Order: sequence, then structure tokens, then C-alpha cells
Amino acid sequence: MRKFDTKVQHLKYQVLREVAKEAWDDTLLENFLDIPKIIVPGDEPTMRCCVNKERAILSERVKMAMGGTRENPNNIEVLPMACDKCPASGYEVVADSCRNCLAHSCEDSCKFGAVYFDHDHRAHIDKDKCKNCGQCAQNCSFSAIVKRERPCMKACKVKAISAEGGKSASIDNSKCIQCGACVYKCPFGAITDKSYILNVIDMLKKSNDGKSRVYAVVAPAIYSQFKHAKLGQVVSGLKALGFHTVVEAALGGDMVALKESRELAEKGFLTTSCCPAFVAYIKSQVPDMLPYVSHNFSPMVEMAKFIKETDKDARVVFIGPCTAKKGEAKLEKSKPHIDEVLTFEELQALFDSREIELEKLDEDCLDNASYYGRIFARSGGVSEAAAQALKEQGIDFEAKPLVCNGIEECMKALLVASKKLKAGQMPEYNFIEGMACLGGCINGAGCLTHSEVKNKMEVDKYGKEAMEKSIKDAVNAVMV
Amino acid sequence: MKITVCIGSSCHVKGSKSVVDTFKKLIEENNIADKVELGGTFCLGNCRDGVCLDIDGKIFSVTPQSAEEFFISEVLSKAI
Repeated sequence: MRKFDTKVQHLKYQVLREVAKEAWDDTLLENFLDIPKIIVPGDEPTMRCCVNKERAILSERVKMAMGGTRENPNNIEVLPMACDKCPASGYEVVADSCRNCLAHSCEDSCKFGAVYFDHDHRAHIDKDKCKNCGQCAQNCSFSAIVKRERPCMKACKVKAISAEGGKSASIDNSKCIQCGACVYKCPFGAITDKSYILNVIDMLKKSNDGKSRVYAVVAPAIYSQFKHAKLGQVVSGLKALGFHTVVEAALGGDMVALKESRELAEKGFLTTSCCPAFVAYIKSQVPDMLPYVSHNFSPMVEMAKFIKETDKDARVVFIGPCTAKKGEAKLEKSKPHIDEVLTFEELQALFDSREIELEKLDEDCLDNASYYGRIFARSGGVSEAAAQALKEQGIDFEAKPLVCNGIEECMKALLVASKKLKAGQMPEYNFIEGMACLGGCINGAGCLTHSEVKNKMEVDKYGKEAMEKSIKDAVNAVMV
Repeated sequence: MKITVCIGSSCHVKGSKSVVDTFKKLIEENNIADKVELGGTFCLGNCRDGVCLDIDGKIFSVTPQSAEEFFISEVLSKAI
């Protein structure tokens, strides 16, 4: 349990682990129907109203661990049976808490005349008039007004989730950016990301014949994860799973920083392209800004492409904190380079499916990238790296970054920039760094543990430990 | 002759860059670029004994200090 933030994550992990165990043993097809009973063995319910419902939902989770619904292109899916259909009625007066006071500050603060009183002087809110501004709740001296909101909808800043008529949550695929915020925030685990661990296990098994080699490209956010072991032990664990070797995605970050800074200087205005959820948002909601999106690959794809240039029999699995990367990997431009994507949650399940105890392993080495490639993992890092890359390449261009931390800041910045650029005006910045997750990748939905501040400190520390101190040195060292 | 130097983490830390630079310099000085192809790869499976390199399918270990001597005995003598 200590490995995860929430019990929902732990449950998902148990399912993934059991599915992986069966897959390693080639017994999955015979036994996958028994997995719910392995996780909930007794007759007494442990989570829901009855043990049968628990197992029925677990069967859905098993399906998600085995790749989910094939015909749904979205990697984020609702499990309708698991959805508790939480109230989503907006602002309401809690009857017991309303003191029927004389002040009626709720009524006075409402600009829309939505607050009215019954014959007991108790406040009520007229849903037809209420605009959900929240003034009444802020002004009530007894905190008697609450906002009934579904945690998934609250987490989804791009408003891709709806719950019409009190039904199970439903995701609008045209709006969803696959960031996974809802996955992490749903207290019932009713929205989850599809897992492709079976493809990874299959790739690892096939590589036993020596005709192919599976490379693990790990995101720099890994340094803030698996804290029950050392990073070098995680590297050993990956090799014990059958990965040929482990390469830092941060080295791809160094490569991207050099190219992206040149592109910025050439075009004069650019947005980053490393966060797939940010890019997906631009594609679906602010297409005017598409010409300004960096044409460079993300560090994940850049690294995978480079590896395949050095080894034609390479298969590349990206392992990171991100659910949106699962979508990016399936884009036509990424497909030739990246073979599969795992989250840190899924990696933990893989380790435990093989009973690999990281703490007992020797420490291996992971050190190719520079500080700058590594700090791509946290908000502000890409901007720092771009400025450094301009300096190292002697390009006389001043990067004026606007660091957007979280998709809400990205949305505001894109709207403003799009209006200004359309009107022929240059905004006061020339580089929009967009990260959909608050804090950056270090706080991604697929992390084992989430902490914006602590994880940032960890990643900065990891950056400073890099042997190569400049971006160019890190990249030149692998250019043979 | 194809020489593939490991550029993966362990070998990188042990000085693969320096080995590559030494080899590049010697290839140029001896004018054998047409006979020796130099490449890099991320792991040759012998991380403990880095810097690892592969010459036509055979694995060797060198250090930045021994790189020049190794090149003369294993590469130069055979490539010319």
C-alpha cells in the first residue's frame, strides 16, 4: 500500500499484477475470468454493496488491464458499472446547516436572484436562475451552501466529461486530451486508462530469441517515484524483467532542446510540443495555433527514433507518468519509433508480477542526459532548457517564455495568444511552454505518488547529479 | 571493419566519449575512414567491464587510457 497514494490505485495495481502474472505464465486466456475472485476471495463485500458487484466491476478492470474496448480510440475509458453517479446538482443549501438567519447574506450576494426562502425562512436555490458563481456559498456565515460536483468533472478542466440526467459519467472523445486527471481523481476508480502491459510482456518474451531487443526509455519523473528503492535498483529491475537496457528520455529532451531553440529563433514564436495533452488541446480547441506548435518530436519519440537508428532490431517501450503518451504513441508520426507506453503504476505491477524486489537488487547506472534534459519533467524546465540551448549554440535570440503550469493556464494563454496573433500583434512572450498537469510530468496521472512540490525538488536534485553539465556535451557524447 | 562503441549509461560514465574521440582521431590520422566504420549503441550487455565495444561481432573492453593502444593493436594492424 505504501507504494501508492490512493486505495483506487492499489486496486488497479492488483488487477494489473494478476493479469501480468497469468500472461508471463501463458495462462491468461484460461484464467482471466478467475482474477476477480483472486482479488475478492471471500463472501463478504469489501468495497461495494455486495461481493457480486465487486467482482463484476473487477471483471471490467481486468478488461482494461488487457487493453480495454478496442473500438474506442480513447485510452481513457469510463467503467459505467463502477461509476457511483455522484451528485452533480451544483450549489445547494444543506437543510440542517441553514440557521434561517435574518441577515440573508446569501440572497444579498446573489446577482441573479436565485436565492429564495420558504415559510420557515430557510434558504433555497432556484436552479433555473443559478449561474454557479458561488457567491452565496462564500458569504454564508454557517457554510450551509455546498457545491455538489462530480470529482471527475471538477478534475476535467477541458470539460470533456458530462453526466446528463444523473447518469454515469461519459467522456466526449473530441474534447478529451487523455491527461488522466479524472482517472486519478475519481474516488470510485470508475474512469481508468487502458493498459498495454500484455503487448510489453509479449515483446519481452519474443526478445528471448535474441532477434529483437526491448529498450526501456524512462521519463525523468522516475526519480521522484519508486522511493522504496534507489533509481539504480529500478534500472536493475527493468533489466531483470527482460529489457535489453534502459535509456533516459531526458537525453531525448536534450536533443529536442537544441532543435526546438533553433526553431524558436527561426520562427520567432513557438509553443512546445513535448506534452501530448497540451498538443491535443490545441488540435481540438485552438487550431489557429497549430502553425506555431513546435514541429519537433517529443523527447520520448526523439529518443526512440535515435535508438532505432543505432539498432535496427530495437523495440522501444516508454515508461513514464503519463496517460496521454499512450495516445501520442499511436499517432502516425510516432508509430514507427515508439512501440508501447507504460505508466509507473503499470511498471510497479510488472515488477511485482515477477516478484522482483527492487530493494534487494544491485544498483545499475542511468546517466546520459544533462540537467536541462532532466528538468523537462517539471514546469518551467523546457523554457530553461530552451534558453540554455540558445546560449550554448551561440544563437542571438532572446527567448521570452510564458510558463503555463497546468491545462487551465495553457487554455488562457492559448486564447490570448491566438487573438493577438490573428490581429497581427506579437504577445509580450515568444515561447509558450504548455504542461497539462499541474507541476508538469512529475505530477502526471500515471505516477505512483503525486506531489507537485516534493517531486519538483527530487527532479531538480536528479538534474544536478547528471555527469554532463551542458546540453551539447550530453548530445555530442552519443553522436558517434 | 565495423566498430560499435557502447554509449549507454555505464559506458558513458566510464568515458565512452573519450574512447570515441580517440578512435575518430586515429581513424583520421591514419586515413582509414573507408576501411573502418564507427558506430554507437546503447548496450552491449557487459556493463561491468565498460567501456565496451564490438568489432565485427566480438566484444572488447577498453578504458579511455587504453583506447589508443587498443586501436593500434586490434584495429590498425587488421584494417591496413
